[in-house]
Amino acid sequence: MKKTYKIEVDCAACAQKMEDAAKATAGVKDATVTFMTQKMKVEFEDGAEAASVMQDVLKNCKKVEDDCEIFL
Amino acid sequence: MTKKQKKALTQIIIAAVLFVPLFLISEGIVPVSLPKPVLFLLFLVPYLTVGRDVLRKAFLGIRNKQVFDENFLMTIATIGAIVLGEYGEGVAVMLLYQVGELFQSYAVGKSRRSITELMDIRPDYANIEVDGQLEQVDPDEIEVGSIIVVKPGEKVPLDGVVEEGNSSMNTSALTGESRPVDVGPGMQILSGSINMTGVLKIRTTCEFDESTASKILDLVENAASRKSRSENFIAKFARVYTPIVVYAALALAVLPPIFCMLTGIGMANYSGYLALWGDWILRACTFLVISCPCAVVISIPLSFFAGLGGASNQGILIKGSNYLETLANVRIMAFDKTGTITKGNFAVTDTHRNTIPKEELLELAALAECHSSHPISLSLKAAYGKAIDQSRIEDVQEISGQGITAKVDGKAVAVGNTKLMRTLGLNVEPCHKVGTIIHVAVDGSYAGHVVISDELKETSRAAMEGLRKVGIEKTVMLTGDAESVARKVAEEVGVTDYHAELLPADKVSCVEELMKETSDKRRLAFVGDGINDAPVLSRADVGIAMGALGSDAAIEAADVVLMDDDPLKIVKGVKIARKCIRIVKENIVFALGIKILCLLLAAFGLANMWLAIIADVGVMILAVLNAIRCMHVKNL
Repeated sequence: MKKTYKIEVDCAACAQKMEDAAKATAGVKDATVTFMTQKMKVEFEDGAEAASVMQDVLKNCKKVEDDCEIFL
Repeated sequence: MTKKQKKALTQIIIAAVLFVPLFLISEGIVPVSLPKPVLFLLFLVPYLTVGRDVLRKAFLGIRNKQVFDENFLMTIATIGAIVLGEYGEGVAVMLLYQVGELFQSYAVGKSRRSITELMDIRPDYANIEVDGQLEQVDPDEIEVGSIIVVKPGEKVPLDGVVEEGNSSMNTSALTGESRPVDVGPGMQILSGSINMTGVLKIRTTCEFDESTASKILDLVENAASRKSRSENFIAKFARVYTPIVVYAALALAVLPPIFCMLTGIGMANYSGYLALWGDWILRACTFLVISCPCAVVISIPLSFFAGLGGASNQGILIKGSNYLETLANVRIMAFDKTGTITKGNFAVTDTHRNTIPKEELLELAALAECHSSHPISLSLKAAYGKAIDQSRIEDVQEISGQGITAKVDGKAVAVGNTKLMRTLGLNVEPCHKVGTIIHVAVDGSYAGHVVISDELKETSRAAMEGLRKVGIEKTVMLTGDAESVARKVAEEVGVTDYHAELLPADKVSCVEELMKETSDKRRLAFVGDGINDAPVLSRADVGIAMGALGSDAAIEAADVVLMDDDPLKIVKGVKIARKCIRIVKENIVFALGIKILCLLLAAFGLANMWLAIIADVGVMILAVLNAIRCMHVKNL
């Protein structure tokens, strides 16, 4: 399952950090963060609960880039 | 400006106001003498005002074991300068760095928005009539088969068929073509086009998610997430680059002074060990400020994004930055014939051996064929071009496999192939022209023949010429048509090579054969109209689908989608790709070139921190401005 979320991030390097953080989250198969469109595309692993996984993704992203935002 | 940007601006202004008098005092321009510790504490106020976020992020990076980023570079450089007593420089660097960051965020944000606007064809609402009143509703909620009302100046929210009303439509958001299209009842209308003159009532034929506008938006938005090799290169580069400069700076701070102390060479220039170490550490700090990689890191994705946005505004949808890169390297192009080089419709191209005027010949043929809906009859009627007066025609008889006989204005007219002429006892010579030949006989005597063939698109020749000019070495036409037809079209249009009588599977093997000649810098593109050439489209390095609006299979299989079927768009696509790649290269070379030059100057002590930060911010600003040029592709 794939879902796209709107995000807010300030720079391309920060977007890269968010992407790495999202990819490393359990339940996420793959993630792409596009700075230019301010979007995060997440592919979830089979059986993963999107809503709860995204909470973890948000937490992990905040850890590396504290002023980023994901609009869930 | 966003909230964050406003906050940053306020911080910068406050810090600048505090900084300037302090700087004048510390440089001795304003004669107030303050003890050093007091000056230090005073300088700390603007420093922390403007640099708080940078320090925090650097700390955050260290805590997350992702130490090396630009925040870290700026933190050590400025703290280094302050520790060495260069308070003014340390604070100024932080201040200017934040000015640069603010500009970058503002400029990138603004161009990001204007590019998104270029591509934005998303309709916001749909009008439906409820009890004689118009109501605005979310297009998502409209069911298939509903009637929606589109007023002049509004975007069509969903695909549908005109039920009532006449108007001109601006389809430039879809096709890049600015000439308006006239529509009336019964005509198909695509979402995303703008109604210009009259009120239209439209019966929708699909749901919002399935409509053309949604599909195109989806495609364009996904395009930015497919990263090109340059972008990936830069991401990797930044990961390796920053640690390297930090270690280089460390070496610069430590090795030369140790060398001086051990050998005594150059010691004469310094008053003591403290001055020696101070000088080299300051050089190292300057080195760090210069090495900040932000100019390159930000300008490359911005260039690609601007290029994709500009192209989509011209009706050329490129599915990702990676294809933009490949398209720029295309040297071999293969084309499908029907629908790509030719119009794919049948039309009267000539009349021969006519004993009566051409117009009369066409008129008789069209009248005789008026009841038939065969493509040949349709093309005859189209060539005649006038309304058909049924009362002039009598006694129509269709002779299967031969043609039609009828009485037109009392004259016996026979229209058909050679067999029909033979039945009538007429001897005909074969025509030298390629195509379908329709003979006409009037009152038992031969009146001439009409040649019907597929027409070349008006711009096909110009497109081949254009492709040759932009350095496409080989243009190959692939067709299932007969050798003679293929040869003629190939000659007329000016391709370098052609292969005829191919089955769909043969096209794939033909392209594979051609791909043996390709390399990283010599790519192959295949252009088709998307009907039954999906396998070839996906096999080529770049698959270009033409006039693919409404054909899902083609949009799916192709890497580049041309919204209308003008072959000149292929040339334009290549030019846009080339321009974009050129700008990306310019930025890489320019930004890195200046950086390396400044790094050398800093290492030899020829550049101070002021020059360093101005070089850094300046290069970034120029690179961003250069990147935005990618968007302007209209006149390519």
